[in-house]
Amino acid sequence: MLTHFIENASSFGQDIDSLFSLITILAGFWFILAELILFYFIFRFRRKKEEPAKYVTGEKKSEMKWIKIPHHLILVCDVAIVIGAIFVWVKVKQDTPPIDEEIRVIGQQWAWSFVQPGPDGLLDTADDISTVDKLHIKVDTTYRFHLESVDVVHSFSVPVFRLKQDAVPGRTISGWFKATKEGEFDIQCAEMCGLGHGVMAARIFIQSEEKHNEWMTASASRTNSTQLLATTPSQKNKTKQKQNG
Amino acid sequence: MANLSSSEALSHSDSGHDTHHEKMSFWSKYVFSTDHKVIGMQYLFTGMFMALIGGFMVYAFRMQLAFPGEAVPGFGNVSAGAYNALVTNHGTIMIFWVAMPVLIAALGNFLIPLMIGCDDMVFPKINRLSYQIFLLSALVLIASFFVPGGPFGGAWTAYPPLSAQAKFNLTPLGAPMWVIAVALEFVAFLLGGINFITTTMNARAKGMKMYDIPIIVWMIVIASILFMASVGPLMAGAIMLLFDQTLSTNFFNPEYGGDPVLWQHLFWFFGHPEVYVVLLPAMGIVAEVITVFARKKLFAYKTVLYTTFATGVISFFVWAHHQFISGIDPRMANVFTITTLLISVPIAEMLFVYIATLYGGSIQFKTPMLFALAFLAEFLIGGVTGIHLGASGTDIYFHDTYFVLAHFHYTFVPIAIIAVFAAIYYWFPKMFGRMMNEFWGKVHFWGTVIPFNFIFIPLFMLGMAGQHRRIYNYNHFPDLATPELQNLRIIATVALVIMLLFQIPFLVNFFVSMFKGKKAEANPWKANTLEWTAPSPPPHGNFKVFPEVYRPPYEYSVPGRKEDYWPQDSKD
Ligand SMILES: [Cu+2]
Ligand SMILES: [Cu+2]
Repeated sequence: MLTHFIENASSFGQDIDSLFSLITILAGFWFILAELILFYFIFRFRRKKEEPAKYVTGEKKSEMKWIKIPHHLILVCDVAIVIGAIFVWVKVKQDTPPIDEEIRVIGQQWAWSFVQPGPDGLLDTADDISTVDKLHIKVDTTYRFHLESVDVVHSFSVPVFRLKQDAVPGRTISGWFKATKEGEFDIQCAEMCGLGHGVMAARIFIQSEEKHNEWMTASASRTNSTQLLATTPSQKNKTKQKQNG
Repeated sequence: MANLSSSEALSHSDSGHDTHHEKMSFWSKYVFSTDHKVIGMQYLFTGMFMALIGGFMVYAFRMQLAFPGEAVPGFGNVSAGAYNALVTNHGTIMIFWVAMPVLIAALGNFLIPLMIGCDDMVFPKINRLSYQIFLLSALVLIASFFVPGGPFGGAWTAYPPLSAQAKFNLTPLGAPMWVIAVALEFVAFLLGGINFITTTMNARAKGMKMYDIPIIVWMIVIASILFMASVGPLMAGAIMLLFDQTLSTNFFNPEYGGDPVLWQHLFWFFGHPEVYVVLLPAMGIVAEVITVFARKKLFAYKTVLYTTFATGVISFFVWAHHQFISGIDPRMANVFTITTLLISVPIAEMLFVYIATLYGGSIQFKTPMLFALAFLAEFLIGGVTGIHLGASGTDIYFHDTYFVLAHFHYTFVPIAIIAVFAAIYYWFPKMFGRMMNEFWGKVHFWGTVIPFNFIFIPLFMLGMAGQHRRIYNYNHFPDLATPELQNLRIIATVALVIMLLFQIPFLVNFFVSMFKGKKAEANPWKANTLEWTAPSPPPHGNFKVFPEVYRPPYEYSVPGRKEDYWPQDSKD
């Protein structure tokens, strides 16, 4: 159902969409039933001279069953939804599949910076490629991201991936995603982060491995000039540790 | 305790509080009064005034969203900073200065002594102090709109470090004033809550047992208990935040070992019970109104009461569903998904009870009843869409999107707008001794409820399309800048403007009826509860003769009686 509103471009997006459908169907059933009964009662029991109101306490067993039975059925639906929700949650947020690539995502007022390994394939080395407000990734590749913030709380959100994670200053929070589709999509900041929150927009570019490698070689040669964020918090810590050691 | 009947002791002379029922000057009658009814009216009018401000704000920022960059008539250009300040203060005002004062304070003050049959609150001077502090809090908030640097714009949830440090939020005065205003508001409601609980427990009319207390009184009492039990941690948090802002302490500053997520826990530990603090009184209003206008006994009174207790207890264990993706231990999400879905059970049960109450009724569609029925129909939408957000798996996608926004407006608008209108139309005759105009009431009803849906259904769709909240111009996001999505934004804004315009007939009806309306009898709706045995409007001291209670509150259409109602205080 959700793909009617927005396409899905990640491996776990499908699971979230299915959970959405499950909840919509179960909750929708109760919703429609309740509305139908409500409107039927409103219509059926409108004031008529010849028909006085009934006296029903609702405290007899035969009356209470009208509340008790739906009560138990709703509980069953809730259990189904909880199982589905936990299944999806564990898959997206707790388990990590085998990782192909690692990247660093840094939020700051009001831009997103992305650091990914250069030609040597290793993160936090001299040939790392840094980009601002543009994230270039390969399709069908599992990425682990390390999310940081240098100032306030931001939230890294890629709607087509169904992915969202807050970036909290002082912490590094990791997660993963795997794109299943090539294309160019929005990255939004999903947490109020001050004056420029509304313009904290970035784009994600999902390309085939070849195209991505072309881009990487091209940008590796001019990486030093594009490095806008001189130091990320994790790099800062590393220099501190070096000084201490 | 139930049968102590302290009303006599309280009402006549020796209880110590001022009971001069004689002539008083304008000032002591309307401004420094300790009469619960006057204080209730003060809360009502202050709440209505704040609602006008909150409504104007939503007009300004929705116009900006529909027509980005164009000057809004009556406001001017909405810059990014102004937009943030508008949405922040709209949320703050509507929850803390409209929903709370009207649903808890105005109704609680006006109704509790009347409905339990006593002459005033147990602590009238604390009551007066409560309103004075509340008024002060509103003035501090309004003053913060005009200080250098502008009002606070860091969202009504005020997450640090943004809210804590001026170098991040750029509002060095606005931010602390916002915190001070909210903290003062909490103090006001703590004082009010003491009164509601103590008065209901100790000052009931002779013969009124626990199960004879009208549902709305129970609801306000339970809401007050929830509020008082949940606000403590946030009060501490607010003071820490204020110290971070003004004294450069580092409670929430990660650079010096503070923890920004701690605030989120304190905020939502209060924030979720707060939803029920305002929901319960609204449910109470609906219980009173549907029983009267369907001439029906409330279906399963005790079940309503027990589900309310259950809701209250569970509501303390669901707060982290607001923080699934905020960096808490991911395993916590599983626990909070379970508790959150659990709370859907008593709420659903309560709604079923209300629908069952209509069965076999003789429903009369007066304006208060229309609003009460609309509450049931609309709140259901808010209820079912909450499940998508309480389920951790789907919340990953929906968190902080317009889906959340539409969901909670489908709960808060029925609560703070629709149910409140039901209450105003229903108790207006008792408050002012005159009737409101039915025709204009119905015009107002349809003009409010229909546009309401045209505002928020498009916003649900925008949320599903991945549109995030608190963004002043979606043209910066290519996927969101499409004409289809822009049309949805325009529909929502147009519907909002229509809904706002339809509040004019209400305001005119309200103020004209107050002075020129048809004179109301003591019991115009033929209701059972005790407030209708007092004259309309009740004098200082409320009752000519203090009522005695002989039966539960919802004995409508009892077989074998000539009348289809049976007042609680009538002997036979
Ligand atoms: Cu942001
Ligand atoms: Cu909540």
